[in-house]
Amino acid sequence: MEKNKTFGSIGAKLGDLGSSLFSIALALAMGAVIILFMGLNPLTAYAELWRGAFQNPTAIANTLSRATPLLLCGLSVAVARRAGLFNIGAEGQLHAGAIATILFMLAFPSLPRILLLPVGILIGMFAGAAWALIPGILKAKRGIHEVVVCIMCNYLIILFCAYLVNGPFLEPGSHVGQTTLIAEAGRLSNLFVPRSQLNTGFLIAIGVAVVVYIFLFKTSLGFKFRTVGSNPEAARAGGIIPEKISIGAMAFAGSIAALAGITEVLGKYYRFIDGFSPSFGFTGIAVAFLARSNPFGIILSALLFGTLDSGSLRMARVTGVSSDLIIVIQALVIFFVAIPNITKFFKLPKNVILARFDK
Amino acid sequence: MQFLDSLITHILPLGYQLSIPIALAAIAATISERLGVINLGIEGQMLVGAFAAVVGSHLTGSPVIGILFGMIAGGVFGLLHVTVCVKLRSNQAVCGVAINLLALGLTDFLTTLIWGTKISALVTRLPNVTVPLLERIPIAGVFFRNQTVFFYLLPLIVAAAYIFFYKTRWGLRVMAIGHNPQAALSAGINVVKYRYVGLMIAGVLAGLGGAYLSVAFNNAFVSDMVAGRGFMGIASNIFGGWNPLGSFLASFLFAFAQSLRYYVAGAVVPTQITQMLPYAITLIVLIAVKKRSRAPEAMGVLE
Amino acid sequence: MGYAVQMKGITKSFPGVLANDGIDFAVEENEIHCLLGENGCGKSTLMNVLFGIHKQEAGEILIKDKKSTITNTKEAHDAGIGMVHQHFMLVNPMTALDNIMLGKEPIGLFLDRQVARREISAMIEKYGFQIDLDASVSELAVGIKQRMEIVKILYRGADIIIMDEPTAVLTPQEVQELFKILTGLKADGKTIIFITHKLEETMAISDRVTVLRGGKKVKTVVTAQSSEKELARYMVGYDVNFDLERPPVECGDILLEVRNVQLLPNARHSVSFEIRKGEILGIAGVDGNGQQELEEMIMGVRKAPKGGSIIVNGSDITGTTTKFRKAYGMGHIPSDRYKSAMVKDFSVRENYMLGFQDHADLNTYGFIKHKVLAAFSQAQIKKYNVVVSSDESSIGTLSGGNQQKVIISRELGHDPDVVIVAQPTRGLDIGAIEFVHSTLIDLRRQGKAVLLISVELTEIMTLSDRIAVLCGGEIMDSFENSRDVTREQLGLLMAGKAVGGSYGEE
Repeated sequence: MEKNKTFGSIGAKLGDLGSSLFSIALALAMGAVIILFMGLNPLTAYAELWRGAFQNPTAIANTLSRATPLLLCGLSVAVARRAGLFNIGAEGQLHAGAIATILFMLAFPSLPRILLLPVGILIGMFAGAAWALIPGILKAKRGIHEVVVCIMCNYLIILFCAYLVNGPFLEPGSHVGQTTLIAEAGRLSNLFVPRSQLNTGFLIAIGVAVVVYIFLFKTSLGFKFRTVGSNPEAARAGGIIPEKISIGAMAFAGSIAALAGITEVLGKYYRFIDGFSPSFGFTGIAVAFLARSNPFGIILSALLFGTLDSGSLRMARVTGVSSDLIIVIQALVIFFVAIPNITKFFKLPKNVILARFDK
Repeated sequence: MQFLDSLITHILPLGYQLSIPIALAAIAATISERLGVINLGIEGQMLVGAFAAVVGSHLTGSPVIGILFGMIAGGVFGLLHVTVCVKLRSNQAVCGVAINLLALGLTDFLTTLIWGTKISALVTRLPNVTVPLLERIPIAGVFFRNQTVFFYLLPLIVAAAYIFFYKTRWGLRVMAIGHNPQAALSAGINVVKYRYVGLMIAGVLAGLGGAYLSVAFNNAFVSDMVAGRGFMGIASNIFGGWNPLGSFLASFLFAFAQSLRYYVAGAVVPTQITQMLPYAITLIVLIAVKKRSRAPEAMGVLE
Repeated sequence: MGYAVQMKGITKSFPGVLANDGIDFAVEENEIHCLLGENGCGKSTLMNVLFGIHKQEAGEILIKDKKSTITNTKEAHDAGIGMVHQHFMLVNPMTALDNIMLGKEPIGLFLDRQVARREISAMIEKYGFQIDLDASVSELAVGIKQRMEIVKILYRGADIIIMDEPTAVLTPQEVQELFKILTGLKADGKTIIFITHKLEETMAISDRVTVLRGGKKVKTVVTAQSSEKELARYMVGYDVNFDLERPPVECGDILLEVRNVQLLPNARHSVSFEIRKGEILGIAGVDGNGQQELEEMIMGVRKAPKGGSIIVNGSDITGTTTKFRKAYGMGHIPSDRYKSAMVKDFSVRENYMLGFQDHADLNTYGFIKHKVLAAFSQAQIKKYNVVVSSDESSIGTLSGGNQQKVIISRELGHDPDVVIVAQPTRGLDIGAIEFVHSTLIDLRRQGKAVLLISVELTEIMTLSDRIAVLCGGEIMDSFENSRDVTREQLGLLMAGKAVGGSYGEE
């Protein structure tokens, strides 16, 4: 059983942080070994990755913008995780949210911004929540493992979106599956750096992280989520109905994941493009697990993964190391974080470390 | 009459062909879950199997060696899953997701590295066989004409799995481990060893299923070409009641839905909608399956 | 006569605990040797070391004068040692035959049940066990399951048999049958190690007894030359007072009434009883006879089937939620402490909120009143002497007794009228048991209505004003005055044999 640590002892927290950092280092090191096997220099590759992510304000802004959907998906996975559910359906939920928002905005293009934007976003969040209810309800009422249901739901909604934007809502004359552009009033505005992809979606994501933190640790409903996640039987004896919490947690998680899709389409593309998400939802799992479902930790781990994503293009262009390597590194991070006490397998005897420093 | 004709000569054989990888995945899932290990990584084990088979066929020109490569690759990923879950005690569902992500990243990465694109070069495909005499049977002869070896191999594997589970002492022990690993341990059974061997065999079967996709059903590797068949296998295994025969029948149901898509597609129904069919059926099946009484009681429980 | 097992200077520690501290333990061949001690005294660790599950840090083990090299169960079987665990190691969906032969099936490519059946039937006949080899395990009674476990190890050729707390799940009569079986095995030349914390059993069955306390061996004595009182002193370290004052209390109005509640689907009669102010009703019975159903149906954790009703303070609360019942003045100390009463990863403080997260004292507009919670948790910790460094450390790090104190003080902290107490002393040491018992007596004095569900007959008999016996989901009989009843009567009722009129209603 996976341990769901709370904000208990400081020692436990430091231990988690330590093994998270260790997991990242180990994954990067294994990535470096792969690069070495290609006959290339891993340090150069990682340096280009770093440069690609941070070389100028535009790059930094793009890195932050890349981190935005990962942050939201990570929060979605974390909320579910805290309630004892494994939401690997974030990918589908963000599609549901994005398509619902875009279709609403296309249907009511003349609404004023003050109405169009918030209502559009809410409708998208509602769609994401509704889509997440399928695994939530099946888990609660039928005891079907949410993971299998989520996977099926992902395929279904992604294909359905593809059908919509290639069929009835295809932009006239377009050769790729996409809708027409939405009205200016529905777009999220650019943030800090002009011409970058960074938009107010980033602030929304940070705000959601704060809300999730307060929810989980300061409210009684959050306490119920965590109790069900750690010990559903004790929750039931304590007057909490785990089935209700499961359904509610999936809906909450679904609405947060939906925001990831919504901020992408409203902030970057201003339309729904088939295949706009390079599996944000799955990367979100790595983001959440790396941070052990701690909302503030998720901000940091989303930034890390955003950096890997945004820097990998330059790394590929300059050094020839394919950006697919980043997926491998992300997978390795999940492995390492999922192994309890990973650090204990790699402890060097004290004198070995000392001997090295003596040289 | 015309539909019935195409049903027998085209849709059913195609359905059966499409059921092969799903059924292999289902048996892999049955082995894993009967040993009490949730194996969501079957999808990824199939993907590396498909990739390794193409690489093997590409390097040696022999699709048979390619298939061996695929089985080995699947087995290695099965070993990875069981090591991380059983020895290192990771959460099994998370580990499965990581396996799938790793397989996706690794195969894409290596495909790009070898061929420069996300699609491999075309490789030699496993030659089809025709069974003399039997092919002459009216109507049903189509099942014996110009089919892959897998076509005949699958029933053998299903039968072997059935006999293993219900007629041998190893099958009895596997059953005990899935229901109560503590009891098995106290009966002197090396539970860890059984899990290692079982999960590796599951990986080999999944790799075989992937290899079938890439060098028998197709003749190239394409990014993410398994496309959820591993998960359909897991669902078939549940629908089939953790029983190889049941799994086989259930996977045929999925495959039949897939094969319909080739015949109903096009003008009448958009392709995306027919593509949704197997996933929708999986969901409906999951909902329809009655109380999961036949499930191993200790699924996901190490001790 | 030689030694079957000799363990010399066994030391084994776990992080923070010295579980075995230089223990010498020797079992003669063909004797019944009791290993006596309280929970956590190191009995199980010592046996796990013998079994090769744990590796000792110091000391050596001789089995039949040969140095032991056991590292797993199979090697233990090969060395002639078998263990009947407290929790049966049986696979429910499989038949008795399959369970017994599991791991030692006849050699051959295909499973040959006939060969195994012949050998096992012969063995069953020899010892006079009655086991239907074709029944699936889940249908078998507890006593039969235990016999199956014994057959299992005999089938593996064991001549040293370890019984781990074998009487915990048995009725007094079943215990007598077990003792007969053990005596028979001894007559057949077997050596038996009997792990227990019960004094009467030790006196009744053993030839010699070794007492452990706090990871150390206290003494090995010949049972016939010792007494219950002496063994108790060795076990606890001081003289134990078995008697508990139960001052008379004037009973008041009916606070809890259970009417026609069907506990188990196949029980013929439903269950009815009532408890008055200042009264403890004890429910005796062997585990698994509807106790957990009763506890959970009263608290609304489990849905009661239609027809019955539960009335608290005169109001029918049958259809209400658990949350409502807790707020309505019902306290609950669940039978499974770890599973149902606490979240072990949460801090002690957060555990003080469990069950009361929506209580107006702790909650404004959905936000937790952290300061009030902290004050409450610290006050309760002080009042009940919970040993904990800070209420922010996780409850999982506390001893069983302190965890139970947290749970009791949480449930009593909101001043309930009715308290449902199930198996309150399970797994606790004698000090903690004394605390729990005096707390329950105190509740009675304060005029609460207490339902005490316990498998410990002594506990039921010393604490309860009235006693009812549960078997197969039905109340076999009840006694208005707990002093009117003997252990033997209760034991017969627990086994489902009616001795008086039926108390249950149609």
